[in-house]
Amino acid sequence: MQELDDTDKTFETKELTISLGPQHPATHGVLRLVLHLNGETVVKCTPYVGYLHRGVEKLGENRTYFAALPLSDRLDYISSMNNNVGYVNAVEKLFGIEAPARAKFIRTIVAEMGRLSSHIIWLGTHVLDIGATTPFLHAMAAREKILDLFEILCGARLTVSYPRVGGVRNDISQQFLDELYDFVLDFPSKMDDYETLVTENRIWKDRTVDIGVISREEAINWGLTGGTLRGSGVDYDVRKYAPYDAYDQVEFDVPVGKKGDCYDRYLVRVEEMRQANRIIKQCVEKLPAGAVMADAPKFTLPPKDMILKDMEHLIHQFILITKGPSVAEGEVYVGTEVPKGELGFYFVSDGTGKPYRMRVRAPSFVHASVMPRLCEGGLIADVIANIGTIDIVLGECDR
Amino acid sequence: MSDLFMQALTFIRSFGILGEIFIALLKIVVVFSVTLLHVAYATYWERKVIAHMQFRLGPREVGPYGLFQPFADGIKLFFKEDIIPANADKPIFYLSPVIFFISALTSLSVLPFFDGFVVADINVGILFLLAMSSLGAYGIVMSGWSSGSKYAFLGGLRSASQVISYETPMGLSLVGVMIMAGSLNLTDIVKGQFAYPTGAYVIPQFIGFFVFMVAMFAETNRLPFDLPEAESELVAGYFTEYSGFRFAMFFLGEYTGMLIMSSIGTICFLGGWTLPKFVMDALPFLYQVPAIFWVVVFLAKVYAFMFFYYWIRATLPRYRYDQLMAIGWKVLIPIALFNIVLTGTLKIMGWL
Repeated sequence: MQELDDTDKTFETKELTISLGPQHPATHGVLRLVLHLNGETVVKCTPYVGYLHRGVEKLGENRTYFAALPLSDRLDYISSMNNNVGYVNAVEKLFGIEAPARAKFIRTIVAEMGRLSSHIIWLGTHVLDIGATTPFLHAMAAREKILDLFEILCGARLTVSYPRVGGVRNDISQQFLDELYDFVLDFPSKMDDYETLVTENRIWKDRTVDIGVISREEAINWGLTGGTLRGSGVDYDVRKYAPYDAYDQVEFDVPVGKKGDCYDRYLVRVEEMRQANRIIKQCVEKLPAGAVMADAPKFTLPPKDMILKDMEHLIHQFILITKGPSVAEGEVYVGTEVPKGELGFYFVSDGTGKPYRMRVRAPSFVHASVMPRLCEGGLIADVIANIGTIDIVLGECDR
Repeated sequence: MSDLFMQALTFIRSFGILGEIFIALLKIVVVFSVTLLHVAYATYWERKVIAHMQFRLGPREVGPYGLFQPFADGIKLFFKEDIIPANADKPIFYLSPVIFFISALTSLSVLPFFDGFVVADINVGILFLLAMSSLGAYGIVMSGWSSGSKYAFLGGLRSASQVISYETPMGLSLVGVMIMAGSLNLTDIVKGQFAYPTGAYVIPQFIGFFVFMVAMFAETNRLPFDLPEAESELVAGYFTEYSGFRFAMFFLGEYTGMLIMSSIGTICFLGGWTLPKFVMDALPFLYQVPAIFWVVVFLAKVYAFMFFYYWIRATLPRYRYDQLMAIGWKVLIPIALFNIVLTGTLKIMGWL
């Protein structure tokens, strides 16, 4: 017996440590994973984050509530619209104001468009990591259309900063609505195209079914949110449980998975894209008339044309921009459902025009922390599948 | 024209052994240059085909329809800085792309592009091809080992086991063809198919053809089996650390490998440069067409294979390493062995 143990020992191979990232084609930015490999099997996986740290939270403390809005664009730069919506919702709650109905519907539309564009990137890069190149390029064509629509809407394509505290920057045009409606009617057939290439593909299933399984309880304990959580069968969606904007006035389903493997998370997100499309369609059809900015002069900037004509408005603008609004002391947390999960903004107000503390709950950061749990014991190829499936953006993770 | 050619040939042959050597050298030069040109345009064609499958246009800036793009790429690679990693094992690092490239090019010498047009018409042609494609794996393993990079190392290891695993089913899948033709000489195999009632061995040997097609992708490290150079996992696999002309040699070697695999498939299963005899008898004027037509037939078949390579690349995701091994050992080898037994039995019974 002793002899047998010795022979086992001589055959033991040396553990290989490789640093996957921060410059690596499949790490979706600058995630760095230190992998300890035994052959192709991952023994230990340690994620390192922070390569894209810009101190967004600290920067937010040195700006007025209005001026910190563009910082939220730079969190998850793929779905900046959703971050803006999350930010303005939190600030509105702190101010105690509410956006008018039309603005709420517009925000819902643009947030779901942002969700579509982000999920398209996720779908494309996830399948690209697994080795299929064509769905990526097909999907990017649809994303291009969404970015064009954003450009019609506000002039910017990526860092939009379109929603405002108390409403949205400008009303939407008829041209935007027409083109958006055409896109919405056409999109389900495009989804069918992408799914034809991927969903029932034998190799795709071989690569994703039973990979990175995480159970319901574990997923909750790790703090997962969004599609990553729902893939494990937890029916939790902020849009349903704490509706903001117009989500309580539209119908949509929250898809959930069963096993909690990569394939279930894939199916959940693909279904989410169809649901997002459904939400946009309903919002466009139900879009109410009215103003797009709340009637709360103490907390919203006056209209630009009035500033140029009227002295009082000019003074008002000057005070709000330089000093910021007068906010009651207190603290507020608002979570919103962004494509990656639950993005939370937490503000502590000390009564001045700038937040005393701005904290961002970034889903990507939480999801990056679950990488070791998903990867250890698997193969290198599974690490890549898992990076794709947790859908992280390092701009948000590192903040 | 043809008479002049024959006269020139007779004149050269009159020099005896020196003349033969000259003819052989001439053939080598022709095959070498024509193949490299084809390799260059195989990349162009791949980019165009895949681009159109993906709503893109592909290269179109350099020359009309981007036709000079391969030359632009070649010139760029030629003038790139040749970077050698500090901890590379330099002699092996220098040597491995050469081995890879040469083993790919040497395979060309036994391929008959047309009746009689073959550099070395040896009677163990298939074995020579298999041997050369195995030799190419040495280049890959050595490059992975000598680069001093862990990604390249993993790529090299993957490639070694992949080539060994898929060499076996590929060899076995061709045994059926050898049994049917009763020869290892590639020209004889083509001629055997011409005489065969179905015109090509792909119909009686459909099992072998299937195994060959799968193994072909694995042998040339192409999707869905491109694990040695899986971009999203190992950056570029075994040639991660190579740049400039050394990289170009790997690149050319890979495409030459694809061209050779396509040629083997054409010769062994699709009847090489011939059309089936029943087609020829139905259209008797085909007996009169000049030889260049049959070269075109051969190339058309080869490029059909190449198109299949591109099509698969644009369609399928990548297998995982253990799944690749499982397919090779648990599926392809049993199927190929069954095919050999079946073909052998039928041959003895006289039904083939």
